[in-house]
Amino acid sequence: MLGLNKSASKPPEETDAKRVQFNSRLLPYLFLAPQMAIIFIFFYWPSVQAIHSSFYLEDPFGFGSTFVGLANYTDVLKSGEYLGIARFTAVFTALVTFFSLAIGLLLAVKADGVIRGNATYKTLLIWVYAIAPPVAGLMGMMMFDQHIGPLVKVAAFFGWDMKVGLNYNDTAFAMIVVSVWKQIPYNFIFFLSGLQGIPVSVREAALMDCRSGFRRFWTVILPLLAPTAFFLLIINTTYALFDTFGVIDVMVKDKAANNPITLVYKVYMDGFRGNDLGGSSAQSVILMIIVFVLTIFQFRFIERRVHYN
Amino acid sequence: MIRKFTMTGLALVFSATSSFAATNISWWHGMAGRNGEVINEIATKFNASQTACALTPVSKGTYEEALASGIAAFRSGEQPNILQVFDAGAATIINAKGAVIPAEDLINNAGYTFDRDAFIDGVRYFYADSDGKFVGMPFNSSAPIMYINDEALKKAGVEAPKTWEEFEAAAPKLKAAGFIPLVQSQLTWQFTENFFSRNNIQFATNNNGYDSVTDTTLKVTDPNLIMMFDKLKAWADEGYFAYYGAGWNDNQKMFEENKAALWIGSSGSFGGLTKTAQMPFSATFLPYWGSIKGAGTSSFIGGAALFAMAGKPEAENKCVADFFQFLTSPEIQKFYHQATGYVAITKAAYELAKAEGYYKEKPAAEVGIQQLMLPAGEWSKGYRLGFYPQIREIMEREYGRIFAGEVSVKDAFDTIEKEGNELLARFAKTAG
Repeated sequence: MLGLNKSASKPPEETDAKRVQFNSRLLPYLFLAPQMAIIFIFFYWPSVQAIHSSFYLEDPFGFGSTFVGLANYTDVLKSGEYLGIARFTAVFTALVTFFSLAIGLLLAVKADGVIRGNATYKTLLIWVYAIAPPVAGLMGMMMFDQHIGPLVKVAAFFGWDMKVGLNYNDTAFAMIVVSVWKQIPYNFIFFLSGLQGIPVSVREAALMDCRSGFRRFWTVILPLLAPTAFFLLIINTTYALFDTFGVIDVMVKDKAANNPITLVYKVYMDGFRGNDLGGSSAQSVILMIIVFVLTIFQFRFIERRVHYN
Repeated sequence: MIRKFTMTGLALVFSATSSFAATNISWWHGMAGRNGEVINEIATKFNASQTACALTPVSKGTYEEALASGIAAFRSGEQPNILQVFDAGAATIINAKGAVIPAEDLINNAGYTFDRDAFIDGVRYFYADSDGKFVGMPFNSSAPIMYINDEALKKAGVEAPKTWEEFEAAAPKLKAAGFIPLVQSQLTWQFTENFFSRNNIQFATNNNGYDSVTDTTLKVTDPNLIMMFDKLKAWADEGYFAYYGAGWNDNQKMFEENKAALWIGSSGSFGGLTKTAQMPFSATFLPYWGSIKGAGTSSFIGGAALFAMAGKPEAENKCVADFFQFLTSPEIQKFYHQATGYVAITKAAYELAKAEGYYKEKPAAEVGIQQLMLPAGEWSKGYRLGFYPQIREIMEREYGRIFAGEVSVKDAFDTIEKEGNELLARFAKTAG
């Protein structure tokens, strides 16, 4: 991510100018060691453990454990409930990613054009990013509260009897709104810095060639923003898949009932609330595979269309 | 001046030696807020009452988080001496043979005599094995009871219903008086588990799961339970009952705001309700069906119990036994009962509070105990079902669908029974 970011924001001659040489061949590995140790302890080791326990059914205290082969996987994949959650997760991820990218981009383009008082606009748009997901969820929960929520009253004004927590679609709507709202500032910051990295000479040249602002944006500015957009696409997808956990947890108030939840919330419910270690391990392995496939897909098929220079 | 220093120094030395000699024991629990503070007060009282043991309570968040941390700690050999486990998680810890020392054995081994009869009937079986031996020590115990908006009933000119038939007759009048006749806060605990206890109907095979984990299946397609939910749905359609989702407070709020006439809550709710309710209220038992033969029995206890974790040195186990004795003493039970609103679990504590005139002052505080002291039926002692927290989640999901009109009551219970039985079969495999 870092390398990608660097090349996106800096001209190439600067990155190649300095090349640091190490005196000892071991030294770079020594510098890498702390990072590798952290990745090993907090990622590889737990992953291997999860894969291992996904083949077992065991009582949570660790007394009896039975090898069940792939039964945990087949149980999960046969469950209509699980497939329903997977479907919702796909829709949720797509919508959250799309809207937070689109709105973030729109605001960045508009803020980029503002000359007077632009620092105020930017600060107002960015501060939301400082809010932790559970707090965002809490605020969302209040805004959408069935009894006192102001947004529910607004909806009622338009004849929409919104019942968050009771009606599946209404809850899904509220979750998406809060998750998008929470992520817009992040995208805004990156898009704005991306826009400001576009040389004035390019913009002026485009201005001479074309009068339509929209076409200039579409054919010149957007392709130049592509590296930033691609980076944000990956970040937003993982955000919608994983980081929205806090928002969801607060909004369903600890009781999912018939409300929509995402796959990662299901892992938590079965593993930490239900103490079904085998089943939830199998689910987290499935989730790992999904992310793996998604990342490969994004890098192979989408990144090809991205021009870094 | 010097003398003062010497005295302080001496005092420090003494207190240091006494705490050095004391055996330290730990207690992990899932209570927060005022209830968490009361736990600290109990620990302080225990530590002040003797010098041999020093008890440290640690809050681990919610019930679920306390259980999950206890399990993780046990697997790495770092378990606390005492772990609080909630009602729905009882099967998880009791079926893990070797994870806990049964409370009764612990207390008897420490040289005390354990008296099962000292406990009120409703709490005696829930955390016990099928022979009635106490495995967990009941701690915070509650019962689902019905709170009554006195003004609403007066305005409608009706009496508080004892049975659901009486409620059905009173509901149109309550509605006409401008109130939502009925709200509740937890359909699983109040209208499912305790439907079985109050109406004395079998909940699951194998003696409600107590006899064996193998081949235990749910009996939630019982026609009476289906009738109860058909009625609830019909009442909801008529405007006699309102459902605001699975969240406890979303439902309670309607009662607090004087919009609902009757609310099924917890016996432990009355303390908070005294502060939040905008009108005078009283309480009575959770209704049952007069049409069901043998109904009207006691309810299951809700809440949580304390478990003595295995794998600890003898001296620490002795301290845990001492603490359990201390905790069940009438004075401490009465203190806990009055400080939190949870019911007193021993007969002696109940008598003590009664003699003091506590219930004259706060009649609602007595309802939960009285309901737990009602005659027990064959099926009102408890249930022992594995992966029960997930089974509750399935129920919550399907109940939401019933009231959203997405699924019929019959289909919902078919789904609950099917998915619930799959979970029970999975649980049987983990225990094997």
